[in-house]
Amino acid sequence: MAKVMTSGGEALIKALADENVDIIFGYPGGAALHIYDAIYQQDRVQHILVRHEQAATHAADGFARATGKPGVCLVTSGPGATNAITGIATAYMDSIPLVVISGQVPNHLIGTDAFQETDMMGISRPIVKHSFLVQKPEEIPVIVKKAFHIATSGRPGPVVIDVPKNLTDPNEKFEYKFPSDLYLRSFALYDEAENSEVKKAVKLLTEAERPVIYAGGGAINSNAAEEIYEFGKLMGCPVTNTLMGLGVYPASDEQFVGMLGMHGTYEANMVMHEADLIMAIGARFDDRITNNPNKFGLQAKKIHIDSDPSSIDKIIDVDVAMTGNAKKVISQINKELKAMNFDNKKFDPWMKKAMQWRADHGLNHNMLDQKNPGDIILPQQVIQSAYKATDGKAFVTSDVGQHQMFAAQYYHFNEPRKWINSGGLGTMGFGLPAAMGVKFAFPDETVACITGEGSIQMCIQELSTCGQYGLPIKIINLNNRALGMVKQWQDMQYGGRYSSISYEDSLPDFIKLAESYGHVGMKVEKLSELEAAMEECFALKNKLVFLDVYVDPDEHVYPMLKAGGDMSEMYLSKTEKTFE
Amino acid sequence: MNHIALLMENQPGALSRVIGLFSQRGYNIDSLSVAPTQDETLSRLTMTIGEEGADINQILKQLYKLVDVVMVQNLSEADALTLELAIIKLNKTKADVEGLIKNYEFEREILDEKDNYTVFKVLGDTQEIENLLSELKKEEFLEVTRSGTLGITKGNESLATNDQTKISYD
Ligand SMILES: Cc1ncc(C[n+]2csc(CCOP(=O)(O)OP(=O)(O)O)c2C)c(N)n1
Ligand SMILES: [Mg+2]
Repeated sequence: MAKVMTSGGEALIKALADENVDIIFGYPGGAALHIYDAIYQQDRVQHILVRHEQAATHAADGFARATGKPGVCLVTSGPGATNAITGIATAYMDSIPLVVISGQVPNHLIGTDAFQETDMMGISRPIVKHSFLVQKPEEIPVIVKKAFHIATSGRPGPVVIDVPKNLTDPNEKFEYKFPSDLYLRSFALYDEAENSEVKKAVKLLTEAERPVIYAGGGAINSNAAEEIYEFGKLMGCPVTNTLMGLGVYPASDEQFVGMLGMHGTYEANMVMHEADLIMAIGARFDDRITNNPNKFGLQAKKIHIDSDPSSIDKIIDVDVAMTGNAKKVISQINKELKAMNFDNKKFDPWMKKAMQWRADHGLNHNMLDQKNPGDIILPQQVIQSAYKATDGKAFVTSDVGQHQMFAAQYYHFNEPRKWINSGGLGTMGFGLPAAMGVKFAFPDETVACITGEGSIQMCIQELSTCGQYGLPIKIINLNNRALGMVKQWQDMQYGGRYSSISYEDSLPDFIKLAESYGHVGMKVEKLSELEAAMEECFALKNKLVFLDVYVDPDEHVYPMLKAGGDMSEMYLSKTEKTFE
Repeated sequence: MNHIALLMENQPGALSRVIGLFSQRGYNIDSLSVAPTQDETLSRLTMTIGEEGADINQILKQLYKLVDVVMVQNLSEADALTLELAIIKLNKTKADVEGLIKNYEFEREILDEKDNYTVFKVLGDTQEIENLLSELKKEEFLEVTRSGTLGITKGNESLATNDQTKISYD
């Protein structure tokens, strides 16, 4: 084969193409200009120009969450790199595979406080799975290959490649060789679980009286939905998903008790509290789940499946630890359960109890039938209306706040990778750029961004990117004229002293704003007009629609766990709670 | 006290990743020593964490997760030999110094001396060195430098590894 000679910049882009990357999100600048020139001269990798580097990382992240493939972004040194940090941290917290390429000042200027120099390796160190500072242009293809492997394997995460400008010089060519395989020293990956552990787990599962399956984002990352569904059916017991795990078990299934945790359903939290066996799959006993860890699951034995050994016994000590790929480990368990013809009838009374809890204090999913004083719209009704208009089939991205919790509670996700939100870092501004990433990945699917008027303003500039690339995203803005979630805490814990949560008089006219970017803006203030507006919004297939919905500014998200309490201690409404 | 031994890639940045796991948690590293090994692509590191209540098992797992870290071992839980070197400079004559340290068991050697100072080295158990140093606190001592505790397990097992994970693409 003839030798292929490339510059470092060309090698970088060619290596991305050889990694089957067809789209990257980025923003140019001095240190990245050689790379941008290389992009210009090829057509295998499409570059999407965003309006802020934070959006590049979130868009790549949304792409990764929706597809399961790694997302890629490219930023320049200094401010480009620092702007990317929030997005890298967001991906890190939710274990999302990203490859972030940052330009760096030329080698000989590193450490001199050169123009637009920041120590990207240093500032990103605690929020990356790994990072590389390129030292020789010849090593670029191998580094790219390693970066993709590290980002996507085991517990996924972001990887940074920092590339000094001189190493991408178009005049310095070398032979391009994309490695066919690579070596990483002692890079432990866990696949199947030990058979003895599987046997132990099956023993606990079959001997339990009140088991619950608790599945999180790791179950989605390992594409374990099918196996978990089969497992759920073999067990016939309640199943709950975390905020990150929504969709991995179908919300419409009768065994599904809803999301658990801080704003989980009454029945999910009660099931967790009363269970005698908790089976955690790709979930990490986060503090938003367990409430007070010292009061968590005291009656329960615990089994934990995770691809990351450091997640096991970190917060909650477990009885059976299975380090491995959730998809494989659950199949191993299913096989055992089938082989023994396990009869799950004995869990019927427990399942009935869960349904009784649901009947007592479950969420009302039929609020569209209800009329409100003053024809005011409740935020829950907006989600129910969006669910109805999309037949529950949309990709839904979200931001952070009450609107996010309402979306998680009321939009029933029946498939994994359809619910895309920043659970770990809780990054306001994530929703719109993430929706762009999803829309690029699935141009024919409906993509909705359920947001709040606070969050959307954190990356609102991306309306311009959506215009440039013709991305007909539906933005459903739950406009409560306040930083609602903060206000809720101030109501509940600070005697209603509303410190810095309002901006009502200076909110932009979102309709005009959307229109100024060439999009469609619509506003709804009355419940009686909500459904028609929602239908119209989703019917405009080729337009980005900004649907600004005025909702009740005083609504709270319930249930809500009592701070420091156990999982049965919840506020159920402004007047009801389960504890003294 | 926890003594941790670790093999890591001999690469810029590897050490700061290791250290970061401690500083992030607000844990202080009492001593640290790093040097290349017989395989020059690997460095060996020994560190001592005195932190009370530190969740060492969690840290060991986190350390092992770092791509640059090849092997980790908690020497405090193994049957291990530990040793420390200290070089001490005192405002004293050689004879005075010999008097001061005569009751200690560690190896010692005078390295440099004049009428008004003596530089000597001691090599031995960290605790014994600590005892000497606290005894010396009363004296006018000029300077001390310590290697930090070094450790290695007894027996013929080794921390070194030749394992490579081969990743093939098809
Ligand atoms: C970048 C960032 N800054 C601050 C916060 C803290 N925070 C969490 S929710 C929230 C309010 C969000 O307001 P809005 O987007 O209007 O949503 P609402 O709660 O009103 O539905 C704030 C400020 C955050 N999560 N992210
Ligand atoms: Mg709001």
